[in-house]
Amino acid sequence: MFKRTLLAAAMACALPLSAHAATDADLAAELLKIRTEFDQKMKEMQTAYEARLKEMEGRMAQATAAPAVATSPAKDARDNTFNPEMSLVLAGSYAHRKPGERHITGFLAGGHDHGGARGFSLDHTELTLAANIDPTLRGYANIAFADGEAEVEEAWFQTLALGNGLAVRGGRFLSGIGYANEQHPHAWDFADNSLMYSVLFGEHLAQDGVQMKWLAPTDTFVELGAEIGRGGNFPGSDDGGNRNGAGAWSLFAHIGDDFGTSSSWRAGLSYLSARPENRATHVEDINDVEAETLFSGKSKTWLADFVWKWAPDGNPKARNFKFQTEYFRRNERGDMSCADNTVDGGACTAGVNDSDRYSARQSGWYAQGVYQFMPRWRVGLRHDRLDTGKVGFGILPVPTPNATPNKWSLMADYSPSEFSRFRLQLAHDRSMQGNPDDNQITLQYMHSLGAHGAHKF
Amino acid sequence: MLFRIVFFSLLLAANTAHAALNVLACEPEWAALTQELAGDLARVTSATTAKQDPHHIEARPSLIARARNADLLVCTGAELEVGWLPLLQRESGNARIQPGRAGFFEASAQVRLLEKSGHADRAQGDVHPGGNPHIHADPRNLLTVGAALARRLAELDPANAAIYAARNQDFQRRMSAAIARWESDAVGLRGVPVVVHHRSWSYLADWLGLKVVADLEPKPGIEPSVSSLASLLDGLKARPARLILRAGYQSSKPADWLAARAGIVAVELPYTVGGSAAAKDLFSLFDDTLARLKGALK
Repeated sequence: MFKRTLLAAAMACALPLSAHAATDADLAAELLKIRTEFDQKMKEMQTAYEARLKEMEGRMAQATAAPAVATSPAKDARDNTFNPEMSLVLAGSYAHRKPGERHITGFLAGGHDHGGARGFSLDHTELTLAANIDPTLRGYANIAFADGEAEVEEAWFQTLALGNGLAVRGGRFLSGIGYANEQHPHAWDFADNSLMYSVLFGEHLAQDGVQMKWLAPTDTFVELGAEIGRGGNFPGSDDGGNRNGAGAWSLFAHIGDDFGTSSSWRAGLSYLSARPENRATHVEDINDVEAETLFSGKSKTWLADFVWKWAPDGNPKARNFKFQTEYFRRNERGDMSCADNTVDGGACTAGVNDSDRYSARQSGWYAQGVYQFMPRWRVGLRHDRLDTGKVGFGILPVPTPNATPNKWSLMADYSPSEFSRFRLQLAHDRSMQGNPDDNQITLQYMHSLGAHGAHKF
Repeated sequence: MLFRIVFFSLLLAANTAHAALNVLACEPEWAALTQELAGDLARVTSATTAKQDPHHIEARPSLIARARNADLLVCTGAELEVGWLPLLQRESGNARIQPGRAGFFEASAQVRLLEKSGHADRAQGDVHPGGNPHIHADPRNLLTVGAALARRLAELDPANAAIYAARNQDFQRRMSAAIARWESDAVGLRGVPVVVHHRSWSYLADWLGLKVVADLEPKPGIEPSVSSLASLLDGLKARPARLILRAGYQSSKPADWLAARAGIVAVELPYTVGGSAAAKDLFSLFDDTLARLKGALK
């Protein structure tokens, strides 16, 4: 029945194409015929559906009246049982920013950074697919789509059945270092990344490699983890990853517990070591002209993180509070060169001052609190502060930075359901020396379709 | 020093594992049921309390640590714990409690679920296409789940199989007698029209014959708003109700708002073990629930 109705509809659509050949009268008659047929089919469908609906209502009434005795697996109602859980995140924003390019003063730009567009823009559209591969393995992929690109943010497998608190993950995954690193942008509590993660990793650190985690058999949560990976992403580099062996490795330890029934916390300490080769970064030289530098050496980062969550009686539905803070120190040592930019009026001159030792000891932190004061509504405040620290460019004609980039962000968001969120954020951005932007406004939406996601603590 | 601490905690963990089955229940009702069936043979804790909505907690570190050491997870299933349980299982590094293993018991798989729609559209709210997961509110389900759980305990701890079977028999006898008593006690509740806060009460209503005429939530899992309550109040004029039922973990505001304006009674029910001072175990849970319902109708 469906097929015929479809055919009729398709013919109705196709009709204008053959209109040249037919006369108007023929056409009208044909149209009338098709319409009558269509109407009749619709009526048939309606009666059929009504009959089925009535039958189902009857069965439902019977089912509610009868006591529950039969045993049946709870899963048989789901179709696509073996297909991966699928979810899609839609996100977009309106941003009010000062014109011109913005960067964080005194830090070599870390990796790729999303966003920053002014006006209306679409953020990455994230597609997640996940399923158990077999009884021993689970697979997960997260792909971020943007115009002309599909970026594999994560694609990994994880063991389920090693036991003894052990789990091994392999593929591309968000590193377990720090706290916010494992969160995708849609899970952030603010519209943009913290300054700390921006300078450290661009967005976050993804490792191509292997991760091993061990959970201690104690009543207190104690988790130890180690990762080795390609190290192709900032603070590593493509060339750094191109070697036999690992271009980066990291270690982390997490500890956590509850305070009574209302509070819980987690603290962590992480270390990341990377060996970048020819890592390219743009800096401004002493003539204020852009110079392309290449860095090869060692990059070592320490991160400390702490999260505390509170909800009355541990029930976050109506009210809850989350405090989160992270601190980092990064030491980089090695050789740096800059490409000749004298043509543009720059100071980097080939063979004169274009390479020397580079060393940097830099740090930074952020702290944020987010309070849900009634169902659906939350407010949050974040402070970001970086210290350019001690940086030495040797004879390279690049000025030594001396700044404390910082930023205040205030946000309010509204979640009509647990699958949707709208956010307004105001920010005082003092991350670019001599070019403050005190009136940043961001309006943002984030919606999730499909499988019910479970976010980590 | 550190080595010594690790060594002794390992030893301790190994010891407790031998002394009894280490059971982590997702909700207090299953902790109570396991305790009925296993007595001293199990060390039982619950991941949630009666003050918490089992659909809305997080896989926090302390729970992951408890899942790591569990021999058996006893949960509702039917997507009730979908926001945290899968994460808990995966993060635990514990092979025993993974889906499909004997150490993972889903109560909802043992009974027939109400409100099974088979299709899912979130325009209908946070629906569970597999059916309504709040099964324990009908004590007849506890008999079925109890029998299956006793078998599972025996499978995990065959040395004590006879004890689990005997305890189950005793539980079945006491619970059946109690159900008969409750049912005759609650004859007056049959056909009473009620408003519910969330579909937590479908099984209770089904068992006692209460007539659910409205839900405070405009859609399942969507919190009531002033406008949704106002239209509900309008609807009550045509289809009047006598009681508003809500669980202790739900905010009292929407129920009180509607009760005051519609001139009906809002009742806080224990929902699960520990939900009220009187609801100390599965038996007193229903004693207290019925007492509150009947008290509210006077």
